[in-house]
Amino acid sequence: MGERNEAPAMAQREADFSKVDRARLVEALAGALPAQCLLHAQEDLQPYECDGLSVYRQVPMAVVLPRTEAQVVAVLRICSEQGVPVVARGAGTGLSGGALPHAHGVVLSLARFNRILELDANARIAVVQPGVRNLAISEAAAAHGLYYAPDPSSQIACSIGGNVAENAGGVHCLKYGLTVHNVVRVRAVTIDGEIVEIGSRAPDGPGYDLLALMHGSEGMLAVVTEITVRLTPKPRLARCILASFDDVAKAGDAVAAVIAAGIIPAGLEMMDQPATAAVEQFVQAGYNLAAAAILLCESDGTPEEVADEIERMRVVLEASGATEIRISGDEAERLKFWAGRKAAFPAAGRISPDYYCMDGTIPRKRVGEMLLAIQGMERKYGLRCINVFHAGDGNMHPLILFDANQPGELDRAEAFGADILELSVALGGTITGEHGVGIEKINQMCSQFTTPEIETFFRVKAAFDPAGLLNPGKAIPTLNRCAEYGRMRVSNGQLPHADIERF
Amino acid sequence: MDELIREWRDRVRASASRGESLQLRGGGTKDFYGGPTAGEILDSRDYAGVVAYEPTELVITARCGTPLADLQSVLAERGQELPFEPPAFGEGATVGGCVAAGLSGPRRSSVGALRDFVLGTRIIDGRGEVLRFGGQVMKNVAGYDVSRLMAGSLGTLALMLEVSLKVLPKPVAERTLRFELQQAEALSRLNAWGGRPLPIGASFWHDGVLSLRLCGAEAAIDAAGRELGGDVVAADEATALWRDLREHRHPFFQSGEALWRLAVPSDVAVLPLEAPVAVEWGGAQRWFRGGLPAQRVREVAEAVGGHATLFRGGDKGDGVFHPLPATIARINRRVKEALDPEDVFGRGRMYPVD
Ligand SMILES: Cc1cc2nc3c(=O)[nH]c(=O)nc-3n(C[C@H](O)[C@H](O)[C@H](O)COP(=O)(O)OP(=O)(O)OC[C@H]3O[C@@H](n4cnc5c(N)ncnc54)[C@H](O)[C@@H]3O)c2cc1C
Repeated sequence: MGERNEAPAMAQREADFSKVDRARLVEALAGALPAQCLLHAQEDLQPYECDGLSVYRQVPMAVVLPRTEAQVVAVLRICSEQGVPVVARGAGTGLSGGALPHAHGVVLSLARFNRILELDANARIAVVQPGVRNLAISEAAAAHGLYYAPDPSSQIACSIGGNVAENAGGVHCLKYGLTVHNVVRVRAVTIDGEIVEIGSRAPDGPGYDLLALMHGSEGMLAVVTEITVRLTPKPRLARCILASFDDVAKAGDAVAAVIAAGIIPAGLEMMDQPATAAVEQFVQAGYNLAAAAILLCESDGTPEEVADEIERMRVVLEASGATEIRISGDEAERLKFWAGRKAAFPAAGRISPDYYCMDGTIPRKRVGEMLLAIQGMERKYGLRCINVFHAGDGNMHPLILFDANQPGELDRAEAFGADILELSVALGGTITGEHGVGIEKINQMCSQFTTPEIETFFRVKAAFDPAGLLNPGKAIPTLNRCAEYGRMRVSNGQLPHADIERF
Repeated sequence: MDELIREWRDRVRASASRGESLQLRGGGTKDFYGGPTAGEILDSRDYAGVVAYEPTELVITARCGTPLADLQSVLAERGQELPFEPPAFGEGATVGGCVAAGLSGPRRSSVGALRDFVLGTRIIDGRGEVLRFGGQVMKNVAGYDVSRLMAGSLGTLALMLEVSLKVLPKPVAERTLRFELQQAEALSRLNAWGGRPLPIGASFWHDGVLSLRLCGAEAAIDAAGRELGGDVVAADEATALWRDLREHRHPFFQSGEALWRLAVPSDVAVLPLEAPVAVEWGGAQRWFRGGLPAQRVREVAEAVGGHATLFRGGDKGDGVFHPLPATIARINRRVKEALDPEDVFGRGRMYPVD
């Protein structure tokens, strides 16, 4: 067995890009792009310094905003030739720092790729550019009685390209699947500037399932320039049950009981008492504030189907000890029930100067255990945490509340978050369900994967991007980093990512 | 680590160092599928059994050599199933072989394909390393989705030790409707119905008859039945139809001639191939029987944005799977090398060795 067995060098340690020549780079980019598609003045770069996880900030060397695929190809060729890191960027709503710029790199914004190219109602597909907002697809499809099913809470802002890169989910993913289940094709440009078509409008393709690999790949494999999504017929009706529980564990058991009864609700979300208290101040969703936890349980389909399913769910929820059950009587009431859930993030922002959103997924049956452990961590770190989550999928979103202006609070929040992630792994789950690893969870990857597994990830990356120029330093930790993290975990109190500027 | 896994790992390493190929094999029910196989057989059936199953988690984890039928009966006891209805193609089909073949049955068009249900795997790669990817939870974006990559890889990337699959409750009710329609009309109706919120689970057109399977709540099926019309097929006849279709025991599949599978966009019109045809998946999967020239079939598929597979029989000299465009072929080759650098697994099964 020869050199093919060696892991690529990028697996060992992060490459040093400090030799990138800024003037030469900007000159080459200026030659390939119209002036308004290239930003390199310090004040123009500032808006791109972070994504939705704003504790990490980094100004790039340049930002490009191409309008055409040919320009994307040209930019990637230049970066490839000059050995410059490239960070693709959609709407910048990512919560794991995936679109955090590289200090010696280019940010490639897909913001101007914002057109819906084709909407074929008969074939139930839409061909869209990656910068199109998630919700805009459903809006365009509405006239045909169709919609794009995955609905992240950020859907008014996030881009479909970012959704592919993170394999985004939403409250309806239990029944309708994640991004990977609703995208049939992507067209992308490799770092060498080659255009690849992955997937098609046919139900499958020959060769390996590269389309699966592209989902959740965080801009590390290729830059997506076009996406074909599957559209779903809009259900005729949706109704929602709002169930209250006097005990968090009972609510968790009720989730399992609904599924054990053979029901796959269109949405199954849970909020704990601190979360309902936070949102009620903000939107009056009518939640029972005395309840230890509430469940939102949705049914959609034909009116007959919904009536039948709602009744079956009601019986199960009652048997599981729900203290109060309300069923939406009309669409306005259903939206009101959801308004609170959808306002959870802004509400957290209202009751606390800063919050930190976690994203671990665990087996449903461990939800109660996790919530109890989080209560213990609240005491340990002296910080509050509110819980809203995709209960049906076991995907938890603990929101850790802190104040970055208070010395030490950010570090405590991060340590709190790291504890939750490690517990997620220990409970048989994963450190990220839908927000991605980015820079945020890169150290915890070392607890979830072994050295040979991490090497395999780098080999897969190298199959697309041998030089390691696409989003280096994200998603997959180098073995050196893991070794350091191992040390860091023993010597407590040290700041992770000390190399990155923070506010 | 299990003694057997240690033994397999050593075997993989030995094969890699000798430059030999290993043929990963379960029940051998899919030996007919794909290119010619070479090398010693590694029989996965020695590693069998359901490792974990919790109906309320909607996940089952099984060892590769578990008989598919066993896994399905474990699920059935709790009213659950593999909704993509994988064909067994024989008594001895195993879970590992089912995932490696990546084939889905009649309900694929409504519930998704096998690959959509893969949540995690434990594998031995071509270096003899035991690796785990994905997990047993519904949502997981930690690392690249290497486990989903196993679906349809035909035993050419790694030896799957264990696989975790998402499962679903069986539909509460089913009903099959029958319509006498020509193919063009059937295709246009299937696509129109596809755009409406109807509980259509599966479809099959052959020889002037369209069969439509409704799956869902009783009330929804009643309502859809009123909306769609057609003749209701007796329940046992319907069960036999969908089973025989899935297992290719339906008379259409019975002649000894070559069988081509074309996967195309569902709304593509009747394809210009003069051969007996059967249509599934709302128009997206089309089967042709007969000694058609490979070149011609591939042209027809490609012209409509699809691809063609010489599924069973025929002359495999021209390859079984649709040729890949150069850049994609290169990425495929590199992905293969990433997991199996010495080409130990299933040499030539997917594409001829160059
Ligand atoms: C309030 C709020 C609520 C949220 N709720 C949810 C939720 O319910 N579910 C959920 O899944 N997420 C949620 N998110 C997270 C975020 O919206 C998603 O991860 C989203 O998919 C990111 O899309 P974006 O366009 O903003 O991508 P960005 O943040 O710009 O980028 C994300 C990643 O994608 C890569 N990328 C972007 N475009 C491309 C491209 N064209 N080609 C290659 N790589 C690309 C980037 O390099 C980066 O790694 C939420 C975020 C916020 C702020």
